[in-house]
Amino acid sequence: MLTVLLILIPLVTGLLAFGLKGSGPKVLGLISSLASLAVVAGALFQFRAAPETLHVTASWIPQLGAQFNVGLDGMGVMLCLLTAIAFLLVFITIYNRNYENPGSFYGLMLLTQAGLVGVFTAYDALLFYVFWELALIPVYFLCSMWGGEKRVPVTFKFFVYTFTGSLLMLVGIIYLYLQSPDRSFSYTTFTNLNLPVQEQSWLFWLLFVAFAIKMPIFPFHTWQPDTYEQSPTPVTMILSGVMVKMGLFGVIRWLLPVLPQGAFMWADVVMVLAVTGIIYASCIAIVQQDFKRLIAYSSIAHIGLMCAAIFANNEQSLQGIQIQMFNHGINIIGLWIVVEIIQSRLQVKNMDQLGGIAQYAPRMSIFLVIIALANIALPLTNGFVGEFLMFSGLFQYNIWLMAVAGLGIILAAVYTLNMLQKVIFGEGNALTATTTDLQNSELLALSLVVIVILVLGVYPKPMLDLVGSTTEIVNKVF
Amino acid sequence: MINLVWLVPVLPLLGFLINGLGRRYLSKSQVGIVGSGVILAAFAVSVMIFLEVRQPGFSTQVVTLFDFISVGSLHIPFAFQVDQLSALFLLIITGVGSLIHIYSTSYMHDESNEGFARYFAYLNLFVFSMLLLVLGANYVLMFIGWEGVGLCSYLLIGFWFKNTSFNKAAKKAFVMNRIGDLGFLMGIFGMVVMFKSVTFSEVFSKTAGLGAHSNYSVQIAIIATLLFIGAMGKSAQIPLYTWLPDAMAGPTPVSALIHAATMVTAGIYMVARSNVLYTLAPQIQTVVAVIGLATALLAAFIALAQNDIKKVLAYSTVSQLGYMFLALGVGAYTAAVFHVMTHAFFKALLFLGSGSVIHAMGGEQDIRKMGGLKKFMPVTNWTFLVGCLAISGIPGFSGFFSKDEILAHTFADNKIMYILALAGALMTAFYMFRLYYITFCGSFRGTHEQEHHLHESPAAVTIPLVILAVLSIVGGYVGLPEVFGVKHWLAEYLSPIFAPSAPFAEAHHLEHSMEWLLMGISSILVIVFIFLARSKYIRYENTGREATGLTKVLENKWYVDELYDAVIVKPLGMLSRFFRDGLEKAGIDRLVNGVGRGVTWGSQQARRLQNGQVGFYVFAMVIGIIVLFVIGLLL
Amino acid sequence: MPVQYYIFLSIALFCIGVMGVLMRRNAIIIFMCIELMLNAVNLLLVAFSKMWADAGRADAAAAQIFVFFIMVVAAAEVAVGLAVIVMVYRNTHSVDINNLNRLKN
Repeated sequence: MLTVLLILIPLVTGLLAFGLKGSGPKVLGLISSLASLAVVAGALFQFRAAPETLHVTASWIPQLGAQFNVGLDGMGVMLCLLTAIAFLLVFITIYNRNYENPGSFYGLMLLTQAGLVGVFTAYDALLFYVFWELALIPVYFLCSMWGGEKRVPVTFKFFVYTFTGSLLMLVGIIYLYLQSPDRSFSYTTFTNLNLPVQEQSWLFWLLFVAFAIKMPIFPFHTWQPDTYEQSPTPVTMILSGVMVKMGLFGVIRWLLPVLPQGAFMWADVVMVLAVTGIIYASCIAIVQQDFKRLIAYSSIAHIGLMCAAIFANNEQSLQGIQIQMFNHGINIIGLWIVVEIIQSRLQVKNMDQLGGIAQYAPRMSIFLVIIALANIALPLTNGFVGEFLMFSGLFQYNIWLMAVAGLGIILAAVYTLNMLQKVIFGEGNALTATTTDLQNSELLALSLVVIVILVLGVYPKPMLDLVGSTTEIVNKVF
Repeated sequence: MINLVWLVPVLPLLGFLINGLGRRYLSKSQVGIVGSGVILAAFAVSVMIFLEVRQPGFSTQVVTLFDFISVGSLHIPFAFQVDQLSALFLLIITGVGSLIHIYSTSYMHDESNEGFARYFAYLNLFVFSMLLLVLGANYVLMFIGWEGVGLCSYLLIGFWFKNTSFNKAAKKAFVMNRIGDLGFLMGIFGMVVMFKSVTFSEVFSKTAGLGAHSNYSVQIAIIATLLFIGAMGKSAQIPLYTWLPDAMAGPTPVSALIHAATMVTAGIYMVARSNVLYTLAPQIQTVVAVIGLATALLAAFIALAQNDIKKVLAYSTVSQLGYMFLALGVGAYTAAVFHVMTHAFFKALLFLGSGSVIHAMGGEQDIRKMGGLKKFMPVTNWTFLVGCLAISGIPGFSGFFSKDEILAHTFADNKIMYILALAGALMTAFYMFRLYYITFCGSFRGTHEQEHHLHESPAAVTIPLVILAVLSIVGGYVGLPEVFGVKHWLAEYLSPIFAPSAPFAEAHHLEHSMEWLLMGISSILVIVFIFLARSKYIRYENTGREATGLTKVLENKWYVDELYDAVIVKPLGMLSRFFRDGLEKAGIDRLVNGVGRGVTWGSQQARRLQNGQVGFYVFAMVIGIIVLFVIGLLL
Repeated sequence: MPVQYYIFLSIALFCIGVMGVLMRRNAIIIFMCIELMLNAVNLLLVAFSKMWADAGRADAAAAQIFVFFIMVVAAAEVAVGLAVIVMVYRNTHSVDINNLNRLKN
């Protein structure tokens, strides 16, 4: 029941928000995200006690054999938790901002949340597809209505990319459905299909391209920097913090168990692409002047590592990738919060125009340093545990691949320190001298981020235990 | 007491938190008391632990705090290991560290309240990381401290963050360290694969169980190499040494902390800790020795021609670290640890002394503009002289015993290496006394204003100097060589640490007469070189002439920075720009946009068919019908 | 007369109709050409009906029923079509079909 509630809360409040005006929507958004967080917490406890009670099955489209089949496993609980925290952080951060037409803005945001939670909970392929689209469509509107000056072509690009992926995935799902003996979309039917290798081989690409575009991995990534740059920052936070996890989640939940042999066949190719992406994106991040694009490319590099870790497919890499999904989400949202603060104060995102902010806004600078270091996986921050396990898994798969991917650690240090130097260190200028330090809502949001970073960095065990069961399942089928 | 070992790192962490969070509310004296107090308290706990550890019959104790990472068969507990090696390092780190903290309360007094608190917070964090590094009971925990000290060095080198060149130096330090860290990390992964564990006790017993010439010797060699790459980065060995001299951008006590008590000794600690792995990979040991020796010589050469007081000391550190790796490479683990200890004393002394000089000179670091400081700063002068004597290896001072032990072991292992190492030692004596004579003797060459301000530093500065000077003299007596007819106390104390590797080590035995002879030769030559330096530099005049020839090359540090810039930094930048402007924009993006543009173009062409002429439509229809007929007929 | 004569006449009529539709711009003439094509078909149907009747097929008259249908539909079409043309003429003072491209753009 909690699972359904988790989808319903943002769905209902989202629809309600469309009708509200003034400060109504933001209060509703805050209440809704708090309620979601509470429900996730409840689900977390229930998952410990009796995980099977989180599964709900209801009739949906009996003619097609599609069911409303939702449930939560360890990874699902974790990602729902991430979603709830992410939206809470976003709503806290932007509490003092005023958006044009707030009803639609908050309504669309909450609908996105409903879609995301649906994706993470669906155990029916058609339902999964519906939620996948439900999560994406509001984002198109958010980008094209509240975005930067180049928003229309950029949204169009984003739309073309993701929609191509979605369609390929739909074709794949329908093909799988036609192969199923009992004409059903359910997860168990799909995982028991055992298709011949040749079919798995091309079906793999139908599904994988959709997930790869969403992650995104090289060379399907060029929508991402543009979209991150042009979207309103709250949307970017959701896109990079939670939405890219849809792709990774899709691979772990659907691709590997349904098409294990296809995945095994193409693992090397995918890993080479992913590792190329790490180096490629890190290099580009080094020479970026735009704050937002730099973070976008750093995200591509990190996602590349996660993708490689999935396909390395051993216990350590799978554990690592799962907790890294959560940790990367938290860290990158933290980075975007700082970007949002700087941008709302100074209206620039070119780093050459920034500098010396540490003198004027010391508290914000400290937060930025901590979050940036967590982002490059410094030990005792949350980023380290995941990366350590992922690299360890990669090392077991192939030493050379790991060594090349490991260069990403060094390049990450280079671009992160470049960013810190250009943004907060150095001499200030007339523009940055006007920077004011954090407001209370921003302080609250950033403190939450840093607390999560440090707690999970020092004591990651609960998180590792949570996703352990999913690892076992995936590891078994492979 | 051992169970309270967690207090040792937690105390500095507490200091970090108090100073960091309370930086707006605490006064400078409060900050100083908290900052130095926690380190002193940690030192007190360390002493008690040490007293317990040195009892005969003490066996290694592991204090597990909680499970850090636990995945499948891999368990990495957050655990501290107390044994002879870690207890000794605790003493060095907290002992020298607390002196540096006390010194800093005076040295950094000109900073703003907030800057002062920030400085002490970083310093405490630094000590915390280093303590974590030496206390960790497994390689992952060591790695945590390992990266932690890298981070703190970054923060402290770039402490004056408004200065962009300082920031660049900080960045360089961090990035170079990360290159090494990648090697270390891969070494850890190698252990995970091979031993299914990263805990010291398990790894070492399993390695020792394999024995020499096992089927796994290649794997062990790979792991040892990877770990050594980590050590290269942290302990500034060729090719990753260039960050250390640049690290002088930080406040001088930080340099003392980095160079003497913490950070750079981490690599030595790690190799000494992993002695079993290295002893079982003799080829890698040779590599370690060669790289150590090469670093020692290269840095000594550079130090001969440097004119910045801190740069000379920095290169001397690089050089001394080279000696320590040489010792590790020839299997003289005790000698390496011994040298770490004595080096911590005299290098901290020299750096703090140079800080005192720089402070008195109003920030001037160029020794050509100093001179004759002897009469203005007697305490600094005398303590600095003790430091120089110790590092040069004058009999009776601590450096003599440790360096002599290294040289003796090198002689037993390889004669050519011995000669080169001896040459390096002589250069050390020469450049240290060049520094001493130019700075403290002769006549003052600075401005009048500077001369007016010359004064001896306050007690908070001079007391640590005196304590360190005393330690620099007596520190060597814990390791009196056996030829003196006494037991080598340190060797005996550390023997449990190196016991697992002992069965595999080649036994070198040196005749006592030979040992006396070597000692005599090196002592006499060192004294000769000191007098050479004296005759050349005691009446040094700043001619202001541009250096030429070899001196110029040395002044520019063999142009290694320029080489790295041309070979790595520039090509990387070019590659990155190619990716950004070429592949990304003109390649992938154009491809994607090209698809979109192709559709638009195609539609525009198709649109021409819809020209609005009814006649044309009918014509098209008729043509279509005819085509259908033809197709129908053909099929 | 052999049925081939009718067939060739019918083809000729039909082609004249097609060419008229394609070449002429006057809507009324185009209309007449369409009628010509319909009647070419009618002629063909009647000819074949006669042919089968001579051969003794009982259901040969069925073709003539089609002819009646076509004539009725054609009449209805003429009524609507001429009305359209009249309306077009009132609006544009022309029955040139090349002027009827206002939907373009």
